[in-house]
Amino acid sequence: MKRLTCLVTVFVLWVGLFWSLDLVVLGAGVFFALLVSTYLSDVFPDRIYMILTPRRWVFFLLYLPYFFYYCLKANVDVALRVIHPDLPIRPGIVKVRTTLKSEMAKTFLANSITLTPGTLTVDIDGDDFYIHWINIYTDDPAKRTAEICGRFEPMLRRIFE
Amino acid sequence: MSVFVQIALAVLLLSSVLCLHRIGRGPSAPDRTVAIDILGTLVVGFCCVMALTTKQEYYMNIAIAWALISFVGTLALAKYLEGRSYDA
Amino acid sequence: MLENFFYVFIGVGLVFDLFGCIGLVRLPDVYNRAQAATKCVTLGTCMILIGVAGIGFIGANWQMGLKAVICAAFVLLTSPVAAHAICRGAYISGVPLWTGSVEDAFADRAQVIRTQQTTEGSVQSEEAETT
Repeated sequence: MKRLTCLVTVFVLWVGLFWSLDLVVLGAGVFFALLVSTYLSDVFPDRIYMILTPRRWVFFLLYLPYFFYYCLKANVDVALRVIHPDLPIRPGIVKVRTTLKSEMAKTFLANSITLTPGTLTVDIDGDDFYIHWINIYTDDPAKRTAEICGRFEPMLRRIFE
Repeated sequence: MSVFVQIALAVLLLSSVLCLHRIGRGPSAPDRTVAIDILGTLVVGFCCVMALTTKQEYYMNIAIAWALISFVGTLALAKYLEGRSYDA
Repeated sequence: MLENFFYVFIGVGLVFDLFGCIGLVRLPDVYNRAQAATKCVTLGTCMILIGVAGIGFIGANWQMGLKAVICAAFVLLTSPVAAHAICRGAYISGVPLWTGSVEDAFADRAQVIRTQQTTEGSVQSEEAETT
């Protein structure tokens, strides 16, 4: 099952990149898709059947503009810090806990954290995220968790769990 | 639109020069690795602007290949910094 | 008209690229540099790619548009992972935080990772051994 979905994904990507339905292109596509799915299907994500739920797609499409808004805000923030003559930064590495369980959701949460205001994921250890924060302004752990993870967790839980 | 393209190329060139400055000056190896990664992403931007100027879509093939290969190279450098074997 | 909108998109992306590279030069240590540079340059390049995709779709150049969208997805997925790997590698190889940093919660965990590597006897870089 996993091999089959891997094969179909690789083949669709191949045809999309070549953008032609020539017989040679299709034949080579089948050959390379078989090759890739034979050797690399075990690095493909588990529970791939989740992609068939329409509800997840709706939330994913809602997530994209939401994420894009925060990404833009983060960039303006960092750009202002960079061109400010005094460099107003208070960096440090903090530790926060997440409530998400599945690996896929954690990966997406880590990537989202990296691209949003002043935070960068350094390491993940089980439920603990080690995060480099460019401007630490609070010592309260609950407030930190709400600031870093709280924005994305509800949406990601609906998409990936 | 040719003025726009020239300004775009100039801005990208200036960014690349700043990256090269960091690659040359960087006090430690991770500084240089970050700068090399960023330079790879800037090359993708160059390819896009060239594709727009010349209306040739094969520049996009270069952009995709460059994005993926620079990612793999950066991961290899990061693993080397970490002192781990490459297949873990 | 719509085409000009996408040209504005490309222009904003270029400005973000430039700010990211200025951050790469001005900020004090590896972790801050990786932050500013990764965020700004990733979003900047993605905006350039989306602008190119939009112009391609308007001009009925489907192949260019589709490739630009695929490339934007790749950049958006791979760039944070690369930054994370570099920062982790930098910390474990012993690059110190900037002197103005206020907190460091990763020190204990990094020590655990280093001792694990030593006991496994895997390939070690010289930095990891000396620290």
